[in-house]
Amino acid sequence: MSTPDGTPRYVNRTADLAAAVKLGLTEDEYEHIKQIQGGEPTYVELAIYSLMWSEHCSYKHSRPVLGRFPTSGPRILQGPGENAGIIDVGDGWAVAMKVESHNHPSAVEPFQGAATGVGGIVRDIFTMGARPCVSMDSLRFGELTEPRQRFLLDGVVGGIAHYGNCLGIPTVGGEIYFEPSYEGNCLVNAFSAGLIRTDGIVRAIASGVGNHVVLIGSKTGRDGIGGASVLASQEFDETLEEKRPSVQVGDPFTEKKLIEACLELIHRKLVVSMQDLGAAGLTSSSSEMSSKGHVGLDIHADRVPLREADMEPWEIMISESQERMLAIVTGEQIADVLEVSERWDLDCTVIGEVTDSKMLRIWWHGERVADIPARRLADESPVIRTPSVKPAYVVDEPVEVTDAEYPQPQDLGAALKELMAAPNIASKRWAWEQYDYIVQANTVQIPGSDAAVLRIKGTDRGFAFSNDCNGRHCYLDPYRGAKAATAEAARNLACTGALPVAVTDCLNFGNPEKGEIYWQFEQAIEGMTEACEALDTPVVSGNVSFYNESFGQAIYPTPMVGMLGIFDNVSVHIDGAFKDEGDVVILLGDTAAWMDGSEYQKVLFSKVEGRIPDVDLPLEATLQARLREAIEKRLLKSAHDCSEGGLAVALAECCVFSGSNGGAQTAEPEAPRAGRSGRWLGAEVDLGSAEAVTGAAGRPDLALFGEAPTRVVVTCAPDKVAELEAVLGDLSHRTVGRVTGADLRCTMDAKELFAVPVSELHSAYESLPERLA
Amino acid sequence: MTAAAPLRIGVVVFPGINTDGDTHHALETFPGVSAEYLWHKDTDLKGVDGIVIPGGFSYGDYLRCGAIARFSPIMQSITDFAADGGLVMGICNGFQILIEAGLLPGGLIRNTGLKFVCRYVNLRVETAATPFTSTCEQGDVLRIVVKHNEGNYTVDPATFEKMKTNDQIVVRYVNAAGERAEGANPNGALDDIAGVCNETRNVFGMMPHPENSVEAELAGGADGRRFFGSMIDALRGAEVTA
Repeated sequence: MSTPDGTPRYVNRTADLAAAVKLGLTEDEYEHIKQIQGGEPTYVELAIYSLMWSEHCSYKHSRPVLGRFPTSGPRILQGPGENAGIIDVGDGWAVAMKVESHNHPSAVEPFQGAATGVGGIVRDIFTMGARPCVSMDSLRFGELTEPRQRFLLDGVVGGIAHYGNCLGIPTVGGEIYFEPSYEGNCLVNAFSAGLIRTDGIVRAIASGVGNHVVLIGSKTGRDGIGGASVLASQEFDETLEEKRPSVQVGDPFTEKKLIEACLELIHRKLVVSMQDLGAAGLTSSSSEMSSKGHVGLDIHADRVPLREADMEPWEIMISESQERMLAIVTGEQIADVLEVSERWDLDCTVIGEVTDSKMLRIWWHGERVADIPARRLADESPVIRTPSVKPAYVVDEPVEVTDAEYPQPQDLGAALKELMAAPNIASKRWAWEQYDYIVQANTVQIPGSDAAVLRIKGTDRGFAFSNDCNGRHCYLDPYRGAKAATAEAARNLACTGALPVAVTDCLNFGNPEKGEIYWQFEQAIEGMTEACEALDTPVVSGNVSFYNESFGQAIYPTPMVGMLGIFDNVSVHIDGAFKDEGDVVILLGDTAAWMDGSEYQKVLFSKVEGRIPDVDLPLEATLQARLREAIEKRLLKSAHDCSEGGLAVALAECCVFSGSNGGAQTAEPEAPRAGRSGRWLGAEVDLGSAEAVTGAAGRPDLALFGEAPTRVVVTCAPDKVAELEAVLGDLSHRTVGRVTGADLRCTMDAKELFAVPVSELHSAYESLPERLA
Repeated sequence: MTAAAPLRIGVVVFPGINTDGDTHHALETFPGVSAEYLWHKDTDLKGVDGIVIPGGFSYGDYLRCGAIARFSPIMQSITDFAADGGLVMGICNGFQILIEAGLLPGGLIRNTGLKFVCRYVNLRVETAATPFTSTCEQGDVLRIVVKHNEGNYTVDPATFEKMKTNDQIVVRYVNAAGERAEGANPNGALDDIAGVCNETRNVFGMMPHPENSVEAELAGGADGRRFFGSMIDALRGAEVTA
């Protein structure tokens, strides 16, 4: 990147419009930059603007819409705008949480893309002083029949395992879905949360003129140059392979040392503030710290330890080399900071100082190569609101379920097994067995259930996490789909007994410059907003990922909702497994089930059409409150949400869970132990009258496999039913059967619909590895 | 018994180790036990009564698991401690380090599935005649989690024969019924071996993680207490006779 005589080519040379356009800026934006800078910017300045004003860093298309979200509440200690949101969970403890996408890097290089996605989100958590204690991942791929999709899945899961396991952070849950729309643009949304004392929160605000600016961690190299603008803010086309150099390479060993060193620095109060280097590297971290602190920062780029000696200042400023942190340190404490870093074998270098100039100034061997007003860089980034257009494919009415279009299967038991084996429903054990889900000794409920449950050591308290989004539903109706995703995330928490308290989101959409995509985005935000308000779960942090398109084809709109739930007493928690012969099976939320957007519609009829049902939010809130009350009073033995595959799949899963939980995948049930009988438990279920259940054609298949929100299957010991009824009160619910035998039997209108041995349901449910061979 | 001074057990911390905290916590769930971190750059064992080398990814598992850690200053002190008959237990990466340091026989290579595996396994206690399994009966089946990439135990045939003669195979992977069976072994280990001890029986290494199975209210259950409990009993016995 240097001229033959060795002088840096771009240092202090002024840029021009052509260069700006090449970096992804528009003519208007370039004019605005010239106005702020009072003339043509230098190359270094232009590089900084291009990154900070990229979609990824500036949220220019999403900011005007995101203002709809509720973001505050009595428990919320930190809402959006920091590295992570923070929620008070009681006894002086708080949870910091955030989710972030690493879609495009993972599509280009799945292993490192996913690994560095984990590394980045974990840094967001410990930057604030919280010890990361939970990881989860929401993943989307194309259909597994495609070899490339299997390659991507294998690489992404391997990368998450490689990085997360090494850090010693349990990956306790997540979700994986397969739809053709993600074929050219997989989704990798990494979630992390940490525990922190409420009085120990550190924010990324520079202060104290004369304080040192210190860079801790890895050396800076040319990896990930321009990741934020090249990868995250453009659609994919045939140049995908050429973008591989923009993917960073992770070193989890260094990150592990960085966690220990940084938490020690924060706990010993040796730093004024701290910020991790993520997208746009030193550029974004330094400009955000200075603008938030209303101070200036002088950065001496020539003092940054490098992997390649001939790097130029603009490259140093935008490099996305991983495992680096920026800290503000006083003169008195710098020696202690150096000592801690030395002990953990980490580089620690003073690269600048806090000034009263309010300018972000970059120096190169004593020469000033950039001089930018920090607040204007941060605050005056462009805002764009694309006029939205309702897409032509969106319909207002549900499909008509005719025998011609939707012939009812002859063998409903076979249909159930087919659904249990469908990749979107089948057990993801193949993936979560590659994750250490138990390190840190807090895991109460392992992956494979509705939500992950953890305890807080030294207290009775606990917390739970879920993440949800059905992209197919959001495609058919982004407003209802996003609302349903939020409701389901909360319902999954309620099924464990946890009280949902806050949301972090990862909003994955196509190109926001297109009216149809912008319409999907606006609709989804509206749906999420209404659900968050109704369920009292403010949005505390999140991430927007646009341009998820390849060759002009957008992904399904995928507003992933990650939700935190809390327990005052975690020992009340329950899971979805049937526990004992004779327990009564009750369906809470007895609502009509729909064909539209269901897994049944996709798997059996190869169709995605219609309009999904709307969530009745007051009913949802009531159901969750009564469910929680019943669990708190220890009236229930199990609870499991009805989602993909409807009531029949929910029942089948409860049966399968009875003999399987974390052990090897074998045909035999696992050894008996607390809460597990050591055998497959079946059930006899009577769905009543078809007409009453489906409200329409009277088709039993719809009653079994149709989908509707706000439904939960619970079990209760016979002698507790009366007490449970008192708690449920006027909430719609129905006793549908009891736990018995080793088969799942369903009848309707006094006719047997099917009887399937649980061992066969288990084999179908655990069949995912066969599709990966 | 009169209240004795707390038993002090060292937990060695290498960079990249990640169950040091869990092991410390697990040991201190036993009344009268105090866990003491031992830093890898030190040589002072702080007078601890026994030592546990916990699991994780020392030095990122770069080069080969345990291969760099074994050159840490603390390892010479641990080798001397073991030579004097001190009790040393290595868990997962700790097991790998003890093998690299020559304190245990054999080698741990890549899982046959070529993937990291985190799973509950059933372990059968093959001998109660070690200070780490003395509170078990031979044949007891314990449910404990494994989580590793390189847990595939292997050893040369001559040493293997000697180990069998000397009763050095301490735990094996079995099915829920306590039988050796296909599918029970998570990593392809020779002869379903999950843990071994040295000839003098004072150094023990195992791939599964007993430190994540000490509290019944957690997902991991409490079967791991048997290993730590045995070690603690043995150390208390030694104190009484000393």
